[in-house]
This record gives sequence, C-alpha cells and structure tokens, in this order.
Amino acid sequence: MGIISRGFRGRPRDEGVKLPPGQYLTHDFPVLSAGPTPRVRLDTWEFTIDTETGQTHRWTWRQLLDLPSETPTVDLHCVTKWSKLGTSWKGVSLDVLMEDVETTAEYALVYSYGGYTTNLPLQDLLDGQAWITYEYDGEELAPAHGGPARLLVPHLYLWKSAKWVRGIRLLNEDWPGFWETAGYHNYGDPWREQRYQGD
Amino acid sequence: MTASIEDAYQDGNALAGPLREIFAVDMTAAEGRCASCGLTGPLASLRVYGPEPGWVARCPGCEEVLLRLVRGPQAAWLDLRGIVNLRISLPAEAEAAGA
Repeated sequence: MGIISRGFRGRPRDEGVKLPPGQYLTHDFPVLSAGPTPRVRLDTWEFTIDTETGQTHRWTWRQLLDLPSETPTVDLHCVTKWSKLGTSWKGVSLDVLMEDVETTAEYALVYSYGGYTTNLPLQDLLDGQAWITYEYDGEELAPAHGGPARLLVPHLYLWKSAKWVRGIRLLNEDWPGFWETAGYHNYGDPWREQRYQGD
Repeated sequence: MTASIEDAYQDGNALAGPLREIFAVDMTAAEGRCASCGLTGPLASLRVYGPEPGWVARCPGCEEVLLRLVRGPQAAWLDLRGIVNLRISLPAEAEAAGA
C-alpha cells in the first residue's frame, strides 16, 4: 500500500530517487524573479503562435480552456540546483495548439507578459513534451509561479518553462532568449548539466 | 507568496559586492543613463532582482533592464546594453599616478 500510494499521487519521493547531476531535492516551490510579477487580466489575455511565414494563430483565455486538457505529473529541475518531484499540472499540450499550424521552422522563441523570452528547438515542444499550463496542484496557477498561464517543458531546466507566457514565435534561425544571452546554456538539459555557456 | 514578496527587490547597493569582483572601483556610485527612458542616476538607485539565476537591475523609472550579471563557477557574464553610458568618478590622473 505504501509503495502504491507514494507513486500514485506523484508525491515527492525522498529515498533512492535519481536526480540530475548537481541537483538537490526540495519540497517547497522556490520563486525566482528577474522583474516585477505581471498582473494579466483574463479578458485581455491571449496566446499566439506566429509562424516563420507571418501567419498568426491566436487563442483567448476562454478558447484555451475549451481545448482538450491534460494533467501531467512531472519533475522540475531548476538551474539554481533545486529539483522538485511529482508536481501536478493541468494544461493544453503544445501538440494540440500546433495541430493546425503549418511550419517548417526548427526553432521557437517563447515570449512572456513582462518581456521575458527563452528559446528552444521546436521539436522540444512537441510529442507530449510541453504544455501551456493554467493549474498547479489542483488550483489556478498563481502569478508568482507564472499564472495565469506558463509554459511547462520539464525535460529542460525550469528557466525554459516561461512564466506568464504570451506566445511563441517559430523561426528558421535560433534566437537566444533572456538568460541564454546572459551566460546560461542555449539548450539546458539537466541530465547533461548544461547550466552555462560552454558546459 | 504575497505580492510584496513576489515583487520584492533590493536597491542597487546589492550590486556592490558582485561588481567589485569585476571592477577596480565601487560601481554603485557610477552614474548610468537608461537607454530606454533616459533617466540618469547611480547604479545604487536601480531596482535589483536576484541573485539567482542572475542579477537583474531595472530602471526605477520605466522598469527596463539596465544590467544583467550572471556568475558561473569560472566566469561572469555582464550585460550593460540597457545603459547608454556610465560615469565613473576617479581620482585625478596625476593623483592616481602617485605624482
């Protein structure tokens, strides 16, 4: 019973857990900030995907909530070395949002309310690897953690999971984002400990 | 997580230590001009977020990013693109040369 219930709810697992190199386990949810927390009104909120050919796909808050949702339980790894296991989210898979988007772009630049940006290969957003989330742990996503909606791409360091997400630009060329232009690694794979440029 | 904690920032004096590691003088008194809104003031007057993942100093007038400083284990990255220039008070040249 103990073994089943520990895994079933995705609760933090302390014993024998394998973390990426250099990470330590935490049970709280630290908030790191590079600026004021944006307060985004839901009646004006929008999410857009802009393609390399200039096409724009746009969703209002209501339209996002009407899309089929998923409830991923994932481990988070922050480049500042904390990891949080078994976190529960609700959101829309990027596979759903990209369904009608025609593109041959290889790169994505994610941008946020408040001006934050981060870049990653488009393929890292697809095939069940990324979501636009709006609930955390059964409740609406708090502004401190990126609400009303944040990108969740848990196989990369958490700075790639842009808070307050506003849109994604699909690009033919890689365009480094906020931390990627300030010394952090361009890709950020925690299992290869890609923290800084040159790692 | 209250709003006051989320939005908590320090004043630019927090940059004294991190910048002393790079520059030979205390940079918090250096006067900088915001490339976005033109506001001029000492680095000590900036709104500073950090230290992790990196120091981010914003203009108290328009909130644009003026300075970013990331300290890795073996290097630091310093981005000053948000500042038009810095005026750094120095001793007179003859004085500095010990004449």
